[in-house]
Amino acid sequence: MSFFKKLKEKISKSTDTVTNKFKEGLSKTRTAFTEKVTELVFRRKKIDEEFYEELEEILITSDVGVNTVMDLIDDLRQEVKERKIEESAELQPILSEKLVELLQGENENSDINLPENELAIVLFVGVNGVGKTTTIGKMAHRLKQQGKSVMLAAGDTFRAGAIEQLEVWGERVGVEVIKQQAGSDPAAVMYDAIQAAKNRNVDVLLCDTAGRLQNKVNLMEELNKIYRVIRREVPSAPHEVLLVLDATSGQNALTQAKLFGEKTGVSGLVLTKLDGTAKGGIAIAIRQELNIPVKFVGLGEKMDDLQPFDSEQFVHALFSGMMTEETVEKTVEEN
Amino acid sequence: MAAFEGLTSRLQSVFGKLKGKGKVGEDDIKEAMREVRLALLEADVNFKVVKQFIANVKEKALGQEVMKSFTPGMVIIDIVNKEMTALMGGEQSKLAKANKPPTVIMMVGLQGAGKTTTTGKLARLLQKQNHKPMLIAADIYRPAAIKQLQVLGEQINAPVFSLGDKVSPVEIVTKGMEHAKEHHHDYVIVDTAGRLHIDEALMDELKQVKEVIKPNEILLVIDAMTGQDAVNVAESFHQQMELTGVVLTKLDGDTRGGAALSVKAVTGTPIKFAALGEKIDALEPFHPERMASRILGMGDMLTLIEKAQSSIDEEKAKELERKMRKAEFTFEDFLEQMEQVKKLGPLDQIMDMMPGMGKMKGLKNLNVDERKLAQTEAIVKSMTTVEKRNPEIINASRRKRIANGSGTSLRDVNQLIKQFEEMKKMMKQFSGMMDGKSGKKMKNKLAKGMKFPFGG
Ligand SMILES: Nc1nc2c(ncn2[C@@H]2O[C@H](COP(=O)(O)OP(=O)(O)O)[C@@H](O)[C@H]2O)c(=O)[nH]1
Ligand SMILES: [Mg+2]
Repeated sequence: MSFFKKLKEKISKSTDTVTNKFKEGLSKTRTAFTEKVTELVFRRKKIDEEFYEELEEILITSDVGVNTVMDLIDDLRQEVKERKIEESAELQPILSEKLVELLQGENENSDINLPENELAIVLFVGVNGVGKTTTIGKMAHRLKQQGKSVMLAAGDTFRAGAIEQLEVWGERVGVEVIKQQAGSDPAAVMYDAIQAAKNRNVDVLLCDTAGRLQNKVNLMEELNKIYRVIRREVPSAPHEVLLVLDATSGQNALTQAKLFGEKTGVSGLVLTKLDGTAKGGIAIAIRQELNIPVKFVGLGEKMDDLQPFDSEQFVHALFSGMMTEETVEKTVEEN
Repeated sequence: MAAFEGLTSRLQSVFGKLKGKGKVGEDDIKEAMREVRLALLEADVNFKVVKQFIANVKEKALGQEVMKSFTPGMVIIDIVNKEMTALMGGEQSKLAKANKPPTVIMMVGLQGAGKTTTTGKLARLLQKQNHKPMLIAADIYRPAAIKQLQVLGEQINAPVFSLGDKVSPVEIVTKGMEHAKEHHHDYVIVDTAGRLHIDEALMDELKQVKEVIKPNEILLVIDAMTGQDAVNVAESFHQQMELTGVVLTKLDGDTRGGAALSVKAVTGTPIKFAALGEKIDALEPFHPERMASRILGMGDMLTLIEKAQSSIDEEKAKELERKMRKAEFTFEDFLEQMEQVKKLGPLDQIMDMMPGMGKMKGLKNLNVDERKLAQTEAIVKSMTTVEKRNPEIINASRRKRIANGSGTSLRDVNQLIKQFEEMKKMMKQFSGMMDGKSGKKMKNKLAKGMKFPFGG
């Protein structure tokens, strides 16, 4: 079966389940990106240097890492040479295929893995202001809707008003928040929270942490200590360590993923603020270089603005415009 | 992992190939421009901004003595550096002043950029200049944003005006302005909620707030880690709000911060301040020159030089320069360096300022961990004087002995020696680039500033 046929089938199967929310949130990304690519393919019939240059521009301005883009374009050049392709329309399916590959990675399990019959612990980490606390609020809402009992741990004891912020979310969603005073040891807060969660037979404990820049050695050690305390109390935990990334961020996100990964074994990403104009392309580079999958996307500031990441949908949303109906039909017929 | 190489080493690899060939041709310049371009894109400078920038630099490079120079790499760096500094320059950090007090400053930006923290820091800065700032808490959307500002206000003893989060921002600022006038505050800083530039309703609200407070300054607060989208954000905020300046936050991170260049290029408004930490004092005037070398991956050399000058022994620095040039650097010097470096202050900060540190291939494992530094010191101290002076004689059995003596593993010792060799290589590279006429001033600066605190 051709690549397009496969993709088309997958898409039509999943379209019904695509919430409007998700579509809406990504529509800006999609139109911006795919319009450009489609336009590029139509405008430029011949594959010349300018064609590559424009393609490079589209990818780089989406924050896909420079290295990833360069590799991709090198690959394309190779294919073009080998297959003696001259028209850009012929290159289209190859390009799409490569982009899909980049996004999907090998590890397809993009859901969070929480144990059923023991306390599940999720740790949220990331730099300042990316949306950790907000994501926890949204996640608590989501889990509660799935019938789970949830508790929050106010592990950001550093930033002014951080505990109160989490408490407001706790009230909004209707879940308990375990806290200590501002300035207290976050590892001690985690310890307390784990004991409380065990005592009250809670299903999931979501742990907030203070934002920190990954190059601050002491703060990263503090985070590692939090991680170790959790491990000590519940050996199988944390069951997920989610690195929250701002879709607006550039290449630095790669370093974030690497260093937070080293200290806490990051198991997935939450890509926030995709309701803005940034494309979050750095997630592709992270997937490529560190094989960490995106698990959720943040599409706004409200409780229900968190959606599980679906790479098929994401690919569809990002690149569907590149496959003009005509091309799809033709490819399908040919096979 | 993307290996971010500084522009220095990038150009080194271009012009290094030329050695012996002598003359620099137009093609070489072209290749150099490609490297400059990549360095800028890796630093997150916007694609279009890079294009324009490269065009300018290329023109200058072709017109100048690059092609005749013995040190074309240095000349190009110099042009790039100057061009970039000029672009980001202009008058900085001077805040506008109202004819009739209070002077009103409005903080705007995306969610999570750091507006509230910066509001507190700016108030602190004004207090230090003997002003009496009042803060207005107009972020009614983010939970506990008002509380956050209140805590900051308490810390520095600055009054925070708030009407809670059930009142519209327009009403809050109206009452707040009255209050400020009654109490004779000479500065008012208005903290607004973070919002997307494409959120029409919230942008309208911002315009209404602006109407009421008639700000003397509208500062866009932007995260230094922002990628390509920085131009869209800045352009849109500027178009809708008529910004008067920019504050760049989270510069204490390890981002190259190309967004600074992008934002300046599209708004034309000066970058007035740089935020360099979570503490209330961590707000500084913006230095375009430092930012330029940072974007180029050359580290914040100037800051380091300043620091070094105040704490490092002049004589020893001269001696080091000589050794660097001749690549005679030994483990004895290394130990000496470590002592000097300790005087400089927190190591992670120093490392951040080093050119391409932690980003250069082979040096990635050099953590700025103080404990590891102690370990390094122990290893070097377990070497005999002869070994310290002639590192090349340290063979397997000597390594074993050193590991035992320092209570470390053979691996640790091997690693350190390898890093030491890398470091020597790099010194050679640097001094190679610094040789020649045009590099002379730079060389002197470097001799004083370039310490190699590779603690391991
Ligand atoms: N537009 C938008 N804003 C978000 C999203 N997630 C978080 N935010 C906002 O970003 C800001 C910082 O979020 P916060 O949770 O405090 O970040 P933290 O410092 O990582 O805990 C707040 O104003 C949030 O409302 C999102 O997906 N979209
Ligand atoms: Mg938080």
